[in-house]
Amino acid sequence: MAGVAFRGVSKSFGAVTAVDDVSFDIHDGEIVCLLGPSGCGKTTTLRLIAGLEGPTAGSIHIGDRDVTMISPKGRDIGMVFQDYALYPHMTISDNISYPLKVRGVSKEERASRAAEVAASLQIGNLLERRPGQISGGQQQRTSVARAVVHKPQVFLFDEPLSNLDAKLRLEARGFIKHLQKRLGVTSIYVTHDQAEAMALADRIAVMDGGRIVQMAPPLEVYHRPANTFVANFLGSPPMNLLPVRLERRTGVTRFVADAFTITAEGWHERLQGRVDDGESVILGVRPEHLALGEADDPWSFPGELYATEPLGPETLITISVGDALTTLRIFGDDPPVVDGRVHARIQNTNLRLFREGGERIELG
Amino acid sequence: MQRRSILSLPAGLLFLLPAGAFVFVFIILPFFWIAAVSFTNRTLTGRTALNPEFVGLANYRRLFDPDRFFNSGEFGASLILTGQFVFFSAILGQAILGLLLAWFFYNHRGWVQSTVQTLAIVAWIMPDVVVAFAWFAFLDRDDGTLNQILSAIGLGHPDWLLALPMVSIIMFNIWRGTAFSMLLFSSALGSIPPSHLETASVAGATGLQKLRDIILPLIRTHIITVLILITLWTFNTFTPFLLTGGGPAFQTEVVSIYTYRTAFQFFRFGMGGAVGMVMMIINLAFAIVYLGILRSQKAHA
Repeated sequence: MAGVAFRGVSKSFGAVTAVDDVSFDIHDGEIVCLLGPSGCGKTTTLRLIAGLEGPTAGSIHIGDRDVTMISPKGRDIGMVFQDYALYPHMTISDNISYPLKVRGVSKEERASRAAEVAASLQIGNLLERRPGQISGGQQQRTSVARAVVHKPQVFLFDEPLSNLDAKLRLEARGFIKHLQKRLGVTSIYVTHDQAEAMALADRIAVMDGGRIVQMAPPLEVYHRPANTFVANFLGSPPMNLLPVRLERRTGVTRFVADAFTITAEGWHERLQGRVDDGESVILGVRPEHLALGEADDPWSFPGELYATEPLGPETLITISVGDALTTLRIFGDDPPVVDGRVHARIQNTNLRLFREGGERIELG
Repeated sequence: MQRRSILSLPAGLLFLLPAGAFVFVFIILPFFWIAAVSFTNRTLTGRTALNPEFVGLANYRRLFDPDRFFNSGEFGASLILTGQFVFFSAILGQAILGLLLAWFFYNHRGWVQSTVQTLAIVAWIMPDVVVAFAWFAFLDRDDGTLNQILSAIGLGHPDWLLALPMVSIIMFNIWRGTAFSMLLFSSALGSIPPSHLETASVAGATGLQKLRDIILPLIRTHIITVLILITLWTFNTFTPFLLTGGGPAFQTEVVSIYTYRTAFQFFRFGMGGAVGMVMMIINLAFAIVYLGILRSQKAHA
């Protein structure tokens, strides 16, 4: 068992910097999700941990070893690839036990260890089949089985669920989390799916442009995003971001936009010394923290109904405010009947403020 | 699944006709003509040129005459030489060297790889006669490039084409054909998903283990295809004639040269036809064996 640490790691491919001076500590037994859009450097980060790429600068540590210059072979890791990378010419049993084969484990022991791992992953009945003869979900489990069979110190997952259909993906997600908790092995999981990251991670590292923007437990990343990029990346639909101008005269604070003015009662002191009069800021509010309100409510703002999407347990109501769209998430079995002009009320305890440049303003 | 044809059957056949006619006139007809001639004593000149006689299996009997089958300059000796030539230059040389080069360049991509590949293709597309002439100059006893290098490092300067003719044509043929194997193997390696090899690396496999456990099994159909092509090509190649003319003293007379000598130096068409038929049967046997392996592997996978 071991943690994983980066110390000032950079990786460039020619003129392109994929990972830019990244440092982090992943604790022993923790599962961390690297989350970000395509090209943010999350897969390169994972490949650096695996040793499939060498860093341009910095050092990488697994446990108390500096593995920067050590090949993948010497790092004692198990890795699951997006395409599973099962060998079509080998049986499931041989695929699972391949890491044991290259370690010179005897044929009998290989077979019994493969059978044991396969049984614990509910693919024990497929051992003599070939990868082409089993389903996608079973292939995925085989790939996981191969990664865990030699009891590595670290598991690496490179978008392992993105080739599965939606239903299997949920099932596999739960199974990976269960397995990770049962084995207690430090795991790093790359994904571009924010729901997957929220569900799996002990901590999420949100990456953008080769840097880690925020690394924190899922709910903190969700509720207290470090900047508008994170706010916009997490949540489905993401956080509503409303650009406004602050007015802090006459002892009250107002958020002023072209289409509305909100009088922020009780916020004047909270913002004292943090923002200036006339400063442009961005209001961030999650769809579930918006409700249908009345015109005379100081925390409400108006919009024109754009679309209503009933999803069963909740309903998404999208309104156009000025030239931007804002989404409300209304829970309950019966979708509210709305039409025309809609007032959205902000539950102001859950309102976030960001500076124009994107970073979040700590409130008092 | 139902296939829908773009053309009606008669129209399709019409399009097939020109190519079909060519194949018939230049391949199928000569084949049967040679088969027929091989049972006669037809020659280019003399009485039997005009009125060849049916001699039954006499040509074949003469070809496989046990008293002299393995004598120098006879068919059996020629077959043995061809066997050596194919084994060393095609299988050991072109195929294995081509695979190793492809594997090396797969692991070491960059300008070296592209340069070597370009040079190899240039070597491969040059006409035989040009290449043979270049090798003539390369192997020359006194002024040849090879002996210049060898004597510079104190390894003497043998007269390659006279003293080591078989070694010479084997080297020549390896040089000639490795590029093709290398290119085919390179594309085969390129078709392996990188994650397959990366998984093996992470699992702890060494380079050799990856080659044995992952690469070779995954590209085996390519390997068999390459082997079919290069053994048949090498078996039938006539280019060594340009270097050694089959000599000295029949030492490099592979079957293609033997056929040529029989049919066109002595103009015994009947005899030549018989050799041609035997060669074709050998080729066919090779192809059937290889295709059999290929099919069983496919059924396996």
